[in-house]
Formats: sequence, structure tokens, C-alpha cells
Amino acid sequence: MNTQGPTRLLMCAPTAYGLKYEINPWMSLQKLPDVALARCQWERLYEVLTEEIGAEVALIPQAANAPDMVFTANAGLVRGGRCLVSRFRPPERQVEEPFFADWFAAQGYDVRHLPDDIAFEGEGDALFAGNTLLAGYLKRSDIRSHPLLAETFGVPVLSLELVDSRWYHLDTCLFPLDGETVVFYPEAFDRYAQTVLRDNFHTIEVTQEEALRFACNAVRIGAHIVLPSGCPQLTRTLEERGYTVHAVDLSEFLKAGGAAKCLTLYL
Amino acid sequence: MHSETVTLDGHIIDSLTLSKVLDLILRDGGQYTIAKFHIGATREDQSHAEIVVTAPDSPTLEQILHIIGQHGATRRSGEVRTLPTPADGVFPEGFYATTNLETAVHWDHAWRAVHNIEMDCGIVIGEDAGAPSARCVPMHQVRKGEQVVVGDTGVRVRPLERPDASDAFAFMGSEVSTERPKELVIAAIAQAMREARAQGSKILFVGGPAILHTGAGRHLETLIATGWIDTLFAGNALATHDIERALYGTSLGVELTTGTAVAHGHEHHLRAINTIRDIGSIRQAVERGVLNSGIMHACITHGVDYVLAGSIRDDGPLPDVITDSVRAQDAMRAGVRGVGVALMVATTLHSVATGNLLPAGVRTICVDSDADSVIKLMDRGTHQAFGLVTDCEYFLKELAAQLDVQKGA
Repeated sequence: MNTQGPTRLLMCAPTAYGLKYEINPWMSLQKLPDVALARCQWERLYEVLTEEIGAEVALIPQAANAPDMVFTANAGLVRGGRCLVSRFRPPERQVEEPFFADWFAAQGYDVRHLPDDIAFEGEGDALFAGNTLLAGYLKRSDIRSHPLLAETFGVPVLSLELVDSRWYHLDTCLFPLDGETVVFYPEAFDRYAQTVLRDNFHTIEVTQEEALRFACNAVRIGAHIVLPSGCPQLTRTLEERGYTVHAVDLSEFLKAGGAAKCLTLYL
Repeated sequence: MHSETVTLDGHIIDSLTLSKVLDLILRDGGQYTIAKFHIGATREDQSHAEIVVTAPDSPTLEQILHIIGQHGATRRSGEVRTLPTPADGVFPEGFYATTNLETAVHWDHAWRAVHNIEMDCGIVIGEDAGAPSARCVPMHQVRKGEQVVVGDTGVRVRPLERPDASDAFAFMGSEVSTERPKELVIAAIAQAMREARAQGSKILFVGGPAILHTGAGRHLETLIATGWIDTLFAGNALATHDIERALYGTSLGVELTTGTAVAHGHEHHLRAINTIRDIGSIRQAVERGVLNSGIMHACITHGVDYVLAGSIRDDGPLPDVITDSVRAQDAMRAGVRGVGVALMVATTLHSVATGNLLPAGVRTICVDSDADSVIKLMDRGTHQAFGLVTDCEYFLKELAAQLDVQKGA
């Protein structure tokens, strides 16, 4: 088990969270989240990360007109003091861009931007597996961002096509356990991406039932993994490998198509 | 076939993106050739591929480009860039210089064919009857302020297609032929002329005075009189010696029936020119009954358009000769519209001048006793030209026979 990796995260407390539009199949204006419960769930996640695991968490205040800003994974992609800020495909989320860009700039990050016509939704669609960047595309991010990611971070990028709108971001259907192993739900990817993943990594496959509960939307900090609750099979598999698994109920965020990973960004 | 070049960048081998894009091209009915491929030297280095995508029709090509575009295969061309011309007759700096190949420009969100394509010109874009249009314009014709394409972004050139097996020219290739069976070659030319007729496109004849000197004038006259030629391009010499033959029976003073030099015969062509100058024009000479035979007579009586372009060594010249070479070029430019077959016989100067004006899709045959004439034509960009090295008298006689025409038919 390789326990290397970032221990610092960015989160955004849900002070203005809510469901104001439908931009993925999970969102329904007929099934609104309970925002008070959401706040409790977020506090629990924060507690697990900071107190039980000991991660350092930086906070960004939520802007009143950006209900999805709580999903900080989509702020951008950060590595080595450099941040490539996101350019959202849905206009509804583009309001978040300047808030995140300003925060990174204020924190002293080397902030980079993409051309206006190239969508890229940050860590939601780009996850490091060791020194390789796994990058999802088609549903939200544009594959034309991938050569720019490779240039910006000086790493090889493996482009992975997402084929099912329920798993619209890479971090909803895959998470790297370490540089050699990835956990993923194969059916969310086209056959080329499945081949790329199996050829380059040891793979742990998630069942559809648990993939629908966002089992892959997991945060790994060293030997700890934080998952949404209701994923016993993956929990067992990870525990067998020596990881400590923390299950957190994130039902009110699942209504917007996000869970543990979506609510955090590796810094 | 329609084609477009796309580029693909990134870790396209490890991601299998290249394989996917190529598979998608084939799946959707296209073909590809990889024009350029640079493989990243290390795992971190990105690779670069340039892929020419070909499809049987434009909608299929667009569909393929749309699909592979989602996987990062981007059209090399964006919208064309233009600059206004700084003055009449002057292109803006960096103007796109045309070829004679079928060309389109990507402008106002669509590919638009460039009209009247010819080599060594510029492309002016603007509106024609309210619709966006692109046209090929020679340097001297542009007017101040017109928008001219600069650089090659957004310009697509369709390569000359290899003729398919059913094409009359397929067996000839596109080169100078000295060793192919001439009768077969001429049969193919006759076939091409019949096809042009069937398609309603015009046949252009470009000729030099050797046609008269070798006694082949009567065959050309027959071809004109039997309706096989729509347009004639020549210089002062061809028309002069043709009229000399009609008036005196000689060409350059040589009796064409006996081959003997006639006393004072070297003056015949001057006297012929003088006669026409006195009357006013070739047409008036025909109408007054002074000119009763020959190539020019046949042109007038059969409604064949002709352009006689002057040169610096001309005697006279005949009143019909256009001595301003830019004006002559424009007259020829108008004359090549709608031409499907161009026969260029025994003239280097007029062949090259005409070749400069022809779109590459015109079947172009250059016949000369000297291979140099044909080579010059091809060297100057008329790559579609097929050359036949032979005597023009034999060629025209055989062509008339192949077309089954009889004098006076």
C-alpha cells in the first residue's frame, strides 16, 4: 500500500447550497435537498477529514449566487503550487470561476487559464495516479484541454472517454488508489478507456449498484479513504488491502450529483 | 472525393485516441492517410499527427469531422483571415496565392467554393446578390478596399484526382508521351472531346502558326466547320498566315500545294495584314466576300469565339489582335469559362498563357513537335496537361479522322 499523496484539501461550507437548476441526471427540481441536513452531512465530512484523519483543510466562502460552489473538486487542478482553473461547460456554473481564480491567486498559486472555448472542469475530470494524469472527457471537459494539462503540469495525460451521463465526471466513476491501482466502474467508460486503464494499472472494479451510490467519489488521504455510505463491497475490498475506510452519509449532495470527492479538492 | 486535414495532439498513443479516431473515420464511411506523425520521445512528451480524412461526399465528411472533433481531431483550418486591398491592383501583404486546383474557403461558418479558380491570383470574399461568395481575382483586377484572403488558414484545396479506369485519359497518365501509340492517344483525345460535348462543356483550341506552315490549316478549319471547336486562342501569326493562305495560297511565301517558294512570297503575309487593316476587321473581310476560306473564315461563319493576343514581334498586326497583354489576358480569361477540354497545338507562348488561366480540372492536351513546349507548360503549374510529341499536321489529320469529320460536313 502506497500512502503517499496530498494531505491538504480545499472545501467550501454549504452556506448557499441548494438545487436551482438541472445540469446532470441526478438533479431534479422535484427532489430538492434538505439544506439543513446537507449542512450536517458536510460538517460530518469535514470532521472526519480534519479530526479523524488529520488532513489540513482550507476553506473558501460560498458565493450567494453559486449553489454548486460546495463542489470544490471542480475549482481547478492543482499541483506543485500551480493551479489550472476550470472553465465550466454549463453556463450555470461559470459564475464560480472568478471566485476560485481569485482565491488561488490570493493564496499565492501560479494561476493558469484555458482558452475560452475549451471546457475543463478541474479535478472532477482529472485525477493524478502517481505521476500520470487520468483525464475524463466528452460529457463535461473537452479533450482539447488534455494537451494543455500535459504542458501545464509536465505529466503524461491519459484521455478517458465517459459514455454514461450518470457518471458525467471522471471522479464519479474512478479514483486512483495509488500510482499503480485505480478503482473504477468500467461501464462508465468506452472500450478504449477500459483498455487503457486495464493495460496501465491494476484495477478494482466497482459494481453498478455501488457505482450508482457514488462509491468512486472517494477521497484518499494516506491510508484513509472517505466514501459515501452504502458501499459495503468496495469498503471490504479496500479494508482487505489495509485501508481504513470512513463512510459518510452524503445523501443531500447526491441529489446534486456529488459526494465526498466532489466536495474536496487536493491542494 | 472530399477531404480535409485534421491534427491530433497529446498522449494520443497511450490513450488510444489515435486508434479511436482512425477507427471512427472508417466506421463512418471515410478513409484516412496519415500525412505527418511525430511520436513523443518520452512518456511525458506528446505526439502529433496530421490526418487527411477523405469521404465520398461532403455531408459524410462533415459528419466524420464532427465526430472525431469530439476526440480532439481538430480541423487545421479555422475561418479565413482577410485584409482590405490598399489600392487598385494591389493585394494586401501576405495574400494567399491561388493554385489552379478546386479551392474552397471557410468563411461565415461554412465552406464556400472559390469561383473562377486560376493559378497565381488572390481570393476576394464579399457578397454576391446578398449571399456570401468567394472569387478568384487576378492582381490587376482588384479594387481598393476589397477583402482579400491572407495566409492559408481556412483555405482548402482539393487535390487533382487520379482519373478512374473508365476515363479516356486513364491509360495515358499525365506526362509527356513520345513512345505511346499515337493513334490510341488521339482516339482518347477524340473521346474526351465527345464527352465534353455530351456534358455541355466547351472545347478550346490554342494554336500556333506551324499549323499553317505544315499544311494542317485545312484540318483545323474542318474541325471548326464541323462544330468541334468552341473557342480559338491564337496570336497574330496564326491568323495572318491563315489569311495569307486564303488570299495567296501560300504560308510564309511557300506555295502550300507545291511546296515551292513564290516570287515576292515573303511579302504575302504583309499584304494580307494590310488588306484586312484596310477593310477594318476579319469579320468585315468575310462579310465583304474578300476572305472566303480558312480557319478565321470558319470561325466567323460558324460563330466560334476567338481571341488573338499580340506579341512584341508581330507584323501589322491584324486589327483584331489585342495588343494590350493585360486586356488580352482578360479576354482569354473570359474565354476559358466553361471549357472542359483544351487542345494546345504548336505554340509555347499561348499554351503557357492559357495554362495559367485554366482550372486544373480541365483536360488539357498539349501537342508539339518539341517536348520542351509541353515540359514548359507543366513546369509552370499546369500539371494536368498531357503532352503528345508529334507533328501537328499528323495530329490534326488523325483527330479529324477519329472524330469522323469530312471537310464541308
